[in-house]
Amino acid sequence: MKRLLILTTALAGFTLQANAAELTVMSWGGAYGGAQTEAHVKPWAAKSGFGAKMVDSDNPAQPVKAQVEAGNVTIDVASLEYADAIRLCDEGVLEKIDIAILPAGADGTTAADDFLPGAVTDCGVSTDIWANVYGYDSMKLTGTVPTTAADFYDLAKFPGKRGLRKGAKGNLEFALMADGVASADVYKTLSTPEGVDRAFKKLDTIKKDVVWWEAGAQPPQLLADGEVVMTTAYNGRLFNAAISEGKPFTIVWDGQVYENEMYAIPKGAPNKDKALEFIAYATSTEGLRAQAQNISYGPARKSSMKEKLIFKDGKTEMAPHLPTAEANLKNALLSDFQFWVDRDTELNERFNAWLATN
Amino acid sequence: MAIDVTLQTADGTPLKAALARAQRRSKIRAFLLVFPLLAFVVLSFIVPIFQMLERSIDNDLFSRNVPTLAKWFEDNPSGATIDESAYVALVTDLVVMHTAKTSGEAGLRVNFTYPGASSLIKIGAREASKMEAPFKDKLIAVNPQWGDPRLWESLRSASSKWTTDFFMASTDLQHAADGGLERVGPDQRIYIYLFVKTFILSAIITAICLLLAFPISHLLATLPMSKSNLLMILVLLPFWTSLLVRTTAWIALLQQQGVVNDGLVATGLLADENRMAMIYNQTGTIIVMTHILLPFMVLPLYSVMKVIPPSYARAARSLGATSWTTFRRIYLPQTLPGIAAGSLLVFILAVGYYITPALVGGADGQLISNFIAFHMSKSNWSMAAALSAILLTIVLILYWLYDRLVGIDRLKLG
Repeated sequence: MKRLLILTTALAGFTLQANAAELTVMSWGGAYGGAQTEAHVKPWAAKSGFGAKMVDSDNPAQPVKAQVEAGNVTIDVASLEYADAIRLCDEGVLEKIDIAILPAGADGTTAADDFLPGAVTDCGVSTDIWANVYGYDSMKLTGTVPTTAADFYDLAKFPGKRGLRKGAKGNLEFALMADGVASADVYKTLSTPEGVDRAFKKLDTIKKDVVWWEAGAQPPQLLADGEVVMTTAYNGRLFNAAISEGKPFTIVWDGQVYENEMYAIPKGAPNKDKALEFIAYATSTEGLRAQAQNISYGPARKSSMKEKLIFKDGKTEMAPHLPTAEANLKNALLSDFQFWVDRDTELNERFNAWLATN
Repeated sequence: MAIDVTLQTADGTPLKAALARAQRRSKIRAFLLVFPLLAFVVLSFIVPIFQMLERSIDNDLFSRNVPTLAKWFEDNPSGATIDESAYVALVTDLVVMHTAKTSGEAGLRVNFTYPGASSLIKIGAREASKMEAPFKDKLIAVNPQWGDPRLWESLRSASSKWTTDFFMASTDLQHAADGGLERVGPDQRIYIYLFVKTFILSAIITAICLLLAFPISHLLATLPMSKSNLLMILVLLPFWTSLLVRTTAWIALLQQQGVVNDGLVATGLLADENRMAMIYNQTGTIIVMTHILLPFMVLPLYSVMKVIPPSYARAARSLGATSWTTFRRIYLPQTLPGIAAGSLLVFILAVGYYITPALVGGADGQLISNFIAFHMSKSNWSMAAALSAILLTIVLILYWLYDRLVGIDRLKLG
């Protein structure tokens, strides 16, 4: 069985195998992958003299698992969602990364102290922190504007359609916070059956007015077309539409759920040592700063935030747009990966059953 | 004296043997010619499919980490009281898991049938290494779920490498406390609903495609070449356009602030506050999928209609048949192979559709393939494999029925 598996994937991986003397980084493509190419891949290749290339994927966790299972790994570094980095690490699909290889911050603090809590795990190192925020079009929504999570659910005050991501993760937390649950108590509440019921009951109040989106590119489009008056979105997407494309979108920083995005190394990566070097470089104070100058996701090192970050357009100051900015964290929630490792399947089944009953 | 009647070749070998040899040689030659393709199909298509399907019954993430507990389950058949000896076996394995750092993978496996087991086993392993006998009450003190008979049924089932757990979960069932099966709670049932919905929706789309494609194909087949070529391009252009582009174009057309609604409002046919919801719902899914799959119906129909001699219909008319009778008794039966091929193609493609319902389906736009994709992305391959196996089986059954009713040999793809 194993040999057949190797044979079949050997066929598929044949062309990739040819240039093993090159570091392969897999990320999410789009503006995000572009930012990592500019901030990490290109400068590292120039500095180390070792070739490096960026490959796109819808979700790098899937090819990573497939390649490791088949024993034919071509990816050296992958950008993974936090929960995936933990889960794949548990399954033994990822190499362990010793925090000692990570350089100290520019100001001399050790990596262990410099990184925000939870940003370095057994197998992954955070490249940035992103948030699922909500925003509105300030040209279309004038007068009183929404400022809280509760406003998103207030159809009387702000009539019109809402955009939400089609999935349980993020929505349940947001619904509870809109219902008045303090961010510190959200997961405690969600761990009880009553808490889950409460979240769904809150979602019920806007259910018939929701447009569900699936791909990250959809919500800015929904806002621009006027299909919805407010929508949740990945904060970088709204930032990109607002700053780079000049759309009048405003982000509401209240009740958002944020989490780390991780670099990890698949077990059996062809250039493991180089991959470790790359990660150490990319997640250094400067590496994280470079990425945050290309896209509005917050660096996970305290030292990276010390000096002003300016967007690549040369004038926009990044701090107010980052999920890690002090002002944006007043009522925010760090996504609890263990909760979602435990309950993702169950709650998604329930979520979809809920969607199906009109 | 008997005459030897066996025919012989010039060199004296019997003709029968010589012929057989020659035939064998040409058979081998023919086989060698198709061998590369055969090997390619087997290696890159059939083997991976079976490897994937095999995962639906084979998952050793938990069983390989619990030799002691598996032994206990073997000695104590289902229904036995979970006493201290079971907890001793469990803790023995948990301690090993803790030192080998394998509690994560073990927990993931049980988590599929008992949500929450992932953290339960992770924390359990950490705590167990600090415990001394007796274990039962101490483990239950860590988390009362350790005393839940349903958890123990899930552990029992997961402690064997071969399992039907994933087929159980794919049909909205779960382990009951008494060792049997029970349906999951009403707000948790989703898979059977999705299977039924997927097939009904596919059938509707196939029927609409057939209704739309039949006249178009007839027109294509009967118009003079210059006009039919133009019409053919109109059919083929969307066929060559990317699926995502077509889906997005439909969103721009049908959404509430879209072209169609804007047009109706501008012409005064529709009040501004009554804009129609034509997308992000079932209607949208049917419209867009019908459009995307239409060429798959038109092309086989066209290829069949093209070769139907018009003289048959003329003969029927000249013998006094009405136009309806001519259509029903003469024309329609001759197009049947095309209808059969087109319907089969559209239906099977629709059953596996994934991107379009996800983008335009709105709240109830999920089909079963969306859930297969969800489980793949959560590295829950066994569950994805079980759902795929069920889907594949149903499609094969339908294919068999179809063969019985229509006959696969009557299929004509072009």
